[in-house]
Amino acid sequence: MSTVQNTADTKTGGTPPSGLSEFWFYFSRNKGAVIGLFVFLVILFVAVFAPFVAPHSPSSQNRELLLLPPVFQQGGMWGHILGTDAVGRDILSRLIYGARFSLFIGLVVVTLSVVSGVLIGLVAGYFRGKVDTFIMRIMDIILAFPSLLLALVLVAVLGPGLLNAMIAISLVNQPHFVRLTRAAVMTEKSKDYVVGSKVAGAGTLRLMFLTILPNCLAPLIVQATLAFSAAILDAAALGFLGMGAQPPTPEWGTMLAEAREFIQRAWWVVTFPGLAILITVLAINLMGDGLRDALDPKLKRS
Amino acid sequence: MTPVLEARNLKRDYHIPGSLFKPAKTVHAVKGVSFTVEQGKTLAIVGESGCGKSTLARMVTMIDPITEGDMLIDGRKVDIAHEPLTAEMRSKVQIVFQNPYGSLNPRKKIGDILTEPLVINTKVPAGERRDRAMAMLKKVGLEEKHYGRYPHMFSGGQRQRVAIARALMLNPRLLVLDEPVSALDLSVQAQVLNLLADLQDEFKLTYVFISHDLSVVRHIADDVMVMYFGEAVEYGSRDQVFGNPQHSYTKTLFAATPRVDVDAIRARIERRKRVA
Amino acid sequence: MSLLEVKNLTVEFQTASGPFRAVDGVSLKVDEGEVLAIVGESGSGKSVSMLAAMGLLPWTAKVTADVLTFNGRDMQAMSDSDRRKIIGKDIAMIFQEPIASLNPCFTVGYQIEEVLRIHTDLSRKARRDRAIELFQSVGIPNPEERLGHFPHQMSGGQCQRVMIATALACNPKLLIADEPTTALDVTIQKQILDLLMKLQAEHGMGLIIITHDMGVVAETADRVIVQYKGRQIEEADVLSLFSAPKSVYTKALLSALPENATGERLPTITEKLTDAEIFAGAVR
Repeated sequence: MSTVQNTADTKTGGTPPSGLSEFWFYFSRNKGAVIGLFVFLVILFVAVFAPFVAPHSPSSQNRELLLLPPVFQQGGMWGHILGTDAVGRDILSRLIYGARFSLFIGLVVVTLSVVSGVLIGLVAGYFRGKVDTFIMRIMDIILAFPSLLLALVLVAVLGPGLLNAMIAISLVNQPHFVRLTRAAVMTEKSKDYVVGSKVAGAGTLRLMFLTILPNCLAPLIVQATLAFSAAILDAAALGFLGMGAQPPTPEWGTMLAEAREFIQRAWWVVTFPGLAILITVLAINLMGDGLRDALDPKLKRS
Repeated sequence: MTPVLEARNLKRDYHIPGSLFKPAKTVHAVKGVSFTVEQGKTLAIVGESGCGKSTLARMVTMIDPITEGDMLIDGRKVDIAHEPLTAEMRSKVQIVFQNPYGSLNPRKKIGDILTEPLVINTKVPAGERRDRAMAMLKKVGLEEKHYGRYPHMFSGGQRQRVAIARALMLNPRLLVLDEPVSALDLSVQAQVLNLLADLQDEFKLTYVFISHDLSVVRHIADDVMVMYFGEAVEYGSRDQVFGNPQHSYTKTLFAATPRVDVDAIRARIERRKRVA
Repeated sequence: MSLLEVKNLTVEFQTASGPFRAVDGVSLKVDEGEVLAIVGESGSGKSVSMLAAMGLLPWTAKVTADVLTFNGRDMQAMSDSDRRKIIGKDIAMIFQEPIASLNPCFTVGYQIEEVLRIHTDLSRKARRDRAIELFQSVGIPNPEERLGHFPHQMSGGQCQRVMIATALACNPKLLIADEPTTALDVTIQKQILDLLMKLQAEHGMGLIIITHDMGVVAETADRVIVQYKGRQIEEADVLSLFSAPKSVYTKALLSALPENATGERLPTITEKLTDAEIFAGAVR
């Protein structure tokens, strides 16, 4: 009773806030989320304008300055703020260009897994019965594998390379979306407005895509953000294992792999790509938490 | 004149599939109910939760198929279990639900909710759809400015008006009202009941009004059917049923309904004083 | 001395659209053996005001009151642990959704015995006997067997009886029933209301019934407070409220009852009344 009462009460106070301002109200109450959003926007800016931001070309080698330490260490130079790697490439520039790859991987993986996952989940949740059982058992099988291992196997079959790595990661990520969509569709399907639409004559496709799907989006958006960061991590891991992007691509995981042998001599060659991955993933996860606060109605009234 | 709705011995069974420990069983939700509703009349179906009144509503609205029996709408037999429903038959019966918070799609604007039935069932051009929706909005006591708003910006009573407008967009013959005012406040309930009465007069609508609230039924119904465990235990005109109930369950139901007249309150206070 | 006394209670919530005043200057008194009904439509703050008095609102609510005493003790000055000792023992509450108010993971017997364990020092055996006695007093057949049942094995009416038994476990001086019958069928509602009235008379408790249903008010209350949008509109004994309502709002509300209808259409006076007119017509 009291919660119903509260919603009714808040609505009567002045005009109800618009969707966007309400979203921002709940999102901005989570300080970490705002910081995450800010960091993510910076990374996005850097990635988009990489040619203008980066001081050097990511592939140009300076044979005179191999394994140059970062500027704040003895022997560092302002020309190469974060130092250079074993073949004299500027680490900062490579990281900046690497951001492009990471964000691109995240975007492609999320798009692929969301589109396929939502479609399959929608079918499973809407039709139920044998179709549902069949789909969900397959998803259970995929989920039963350690995700990185499955991705590795897939890449080994398809052949190493960034594109194949992205396909493999999408496949591994997709069951989460299937389950989430299915659950949301099952809740929404029994609601009166869906029955009402049916009585008005809406067909199956209309009910699925125009009536039910838009109401399932909130948890999917949250999951998509988290999958974005997971995809970046997985791609880096694959790159590190030599199964993702191939050298000389300035992908962060690949950079780590190349620098492995210099861990003892030149800490900066491994540390900075690792930090880049850490900061990006952390920022996106924080943002995801904020989105959850703002979009998940169950957590709103606490 | 053919009645708008005629039901002969309607039955509906639900099969609950068995599991490892439980045998499969069949639940008889509606056990052979017959009734007729003439045009412009209101049939009220009264009963408590689990009596099968909502199952009956879903059969009449052609959401669920009939297990046994005949249902005739405008003299034409309907059987969705065996033949697909035509758009024409579909638009003859519409429904308004109890909970105005769940019956409108929260992601759609009021305008889109109202025009959807037209988009699906007719070839009416967009401009005319809009005009008709606007006209219907005004008919149910809302304003043109509400056309572009979302359901969450409305109160319960306003949403129920929108739900009624949506149901009327296809010019149905029969409106099934499944507890349409149970979730509303008293003063809003009165407004919605008046609106329903106005619309019935204007469009010669036929209502099947499902409710558990006897005072509302007494106010709005022409005929009353009382259901108890899937059976119609009492069926007759309002004055018959309220004036001279036959079945013991109907009598229990009437006795349990709170009375708000001053004499009843005075009598209760007297009783209380005697006990004390 | 009144059992519960509240003066000028105000509750404010922080929301996305700024602070919102859910309860504005509500005052009430309940004596022992008295049945008070608080009636109002949704958004009238009737539940919130009682939850606030009990200190059961979330931290987003700001509660202020000039006086807030139970049995002569100041509830505002009290420490949280002292207040918890009173609530559940001397003040009990039952809610609208009986099935949701019970924990689905435990048997009803465990839940009622837990209340006894927290608030009394009865032995395990004595607790069990008391639970059986309570179940008998609220009219649950086969109490020994029923104690081992889970909430989902019982009907809504039975669950509400269990809730009432739990509420009565420690012989409270005041029982607050928040829409106790709204989720129930009419015949069950009648049984539950009769039970509440019987128990109230037997125990001589104070009883506050929060409801939106004029029928429930007519069947139970001695005294009635009518609320609208967080403010008190009228306070009267039940007979004068129904026979000669003083405020415009109460008049309008009673005229909207289908039972009182004379013509084809119901009078809808509240539709035409502005908030200002309703507040101006308030009778305190």
